[in-house]
Amino acid sequence: MLEVIVQRGTTEASRTDRFDVPARDSQTVLDVVTWIQQAVDPTLSYRFSCRVGMCGSCAMMINGVPRWTCRTHVSRVVQNGRLEIAPLRNLPVIKDLVTDMDPFFDKWVAAEARHHPTRGRLEDSDPITANSPDRAEADLGIECINCGICYAACDTVAGNPEYLGPAALQRAWTLLNDSRDANRSGILAAVSGKGGCHNCHSMGSCAQYCPNALNPMRAIAGLKRETVKAALRRKRDA
Amino acid sequence: MKQPPRSHPLWLAFVLHRLSGLTLALFLPAHFWLLSQAITAPARLDGFLTLAEHPLVKVAEFGLVFLLAVHMFGGLRLMALEFLPWSNRQKTLAAGAVGVALFLSGTFFLRAI
Amino acid sequence: MLDLRLYMLQRLSALVMAPLVLGHIAVMIYAIQGGLTTAEILGRTQGSLLWFLFYGLFVVAVSVHAAIGLRVIVHEWLGLGGMVLAALTWGICAPLLVLGLSAAFAVTLP
Repeated sequence: MLEVIVQRGTTEASRTDRFDVPARDSQTVLDVVTWIQQAVDPTLSYRFSCRVGMCGSCAMMINGVPRWTCRTHVSRVVQNGRLEIAPLRNLPVIKDLVTDMDPFFDKWVAAEARHHPTRGRLEDSDPITANSPDRAEADLGIECINCGICYAACDTVAGNPEYLGPAALQRAWTLLNDSRDANRSGILAAVSGKGGCHNCHSMGSCAQYCPNALNPMRAIAGLKRETVKAALRRKRDA
Repeated sequence: MKQPPRSHPLWLAFVLHRLSGLTLALFLPAHFWLLSQAITAPARLDGFLTLAEHPLVKVAEFGLVFLLAVHMFGGLRLMALEFLPWSNRQKTLAAGAVGVALFLSGTFFLRAI
Repeated sequence: MLDLRLYMLQRLSALVMAPLVLGHIAVMIYAIQGGLTTAEILGRTQGSLLWFLFYGLFVVAVSVHAAIGLRVIVHEWLGLGGMVLAALTWGICAPLLVLGLSAAFAVTLP
């Protein structure tokens, strides 16, 4: 038997419930949550989709660590037969294990972390040079699936609600290095505001916990460098 | 909510940088005020300097020198991380900053006692 | 909270201080042996323009650096923001500057 403590309710009114869940071989944390909902408490809310680590929707705090529940085996994280499951940190809770991802994606947009095309849909696509240094740098970050784990791991996000966070800034960095993105200055301006990349303290929890082994800290350092370079250039040309 | 266990090396380097900076900033006003007495009230400054012969004060001074050195070398690591080409050796560099700081403050301590 | 301008000020003041801190540590290691006296300190620094420039620049850089650093800590740990935070930043920078420069003057004036 596993002793499973689940955080319930909303940000304003949260409590914990205890469930005894049968232990199984090759059991994932998502299996545990699903078992609770199907066998004990159908009112338990949680979010998942693909179950294979592609969609990025099932991230939760497992014993205090942000993880994809679908790719986390209970045997790897259980402590003395006990699992604590809570919604992702640094986000408002809608109900139980379901967080409101709006702030996360609003910041994604605020960082201009969206494609600004160089060509229209009727034109031929703009070929990329796979082995150029810029492309190689962009490639380091493009496997992000916006699961929010780095955002939950980051203490700077926790202390500074305006901070755009590792995921949005990393995507901004991949676009800045993408030859097919037409708004370099717009991206640099968007990541230079009050909540921008300069708030990062390089503590590296984003890189530490990213399930895809990406390194947003490195991307954010790149943004800091490029924003400073652009500012110095502006000063020189002024 | 339970906080993530963040005791990975770079997080510890961050905490060390923040706490050393905070301590140094809080120490500065006293440091400045005391030195400003050098001409107007040299006896008071000398009084404090004699106090520095106390072993506990020497340990505290060692601590301050360590914090100053570790804040500087840790800060240089951060600026290298931000402005030089990326290096994957951040944990080694952070440990190196602590090592050099310990060496310098240790040298200071051995000269002080 | 920390925009590009404050960030650049923070890094610039840090870069300025790096050699100064090294010099300061070297002086401390050199001077601490056998204890310190006011006369000893003044004997080294009094009437020296070079030491005044050294410590004067150090004081200016550290006042800026400490004010921005404390601003970040106060925002992240105490949740203060807006005008209060701006006032606090200046309220840290200005007194440090005054105290520090008076100390630099005190030990270097002829």
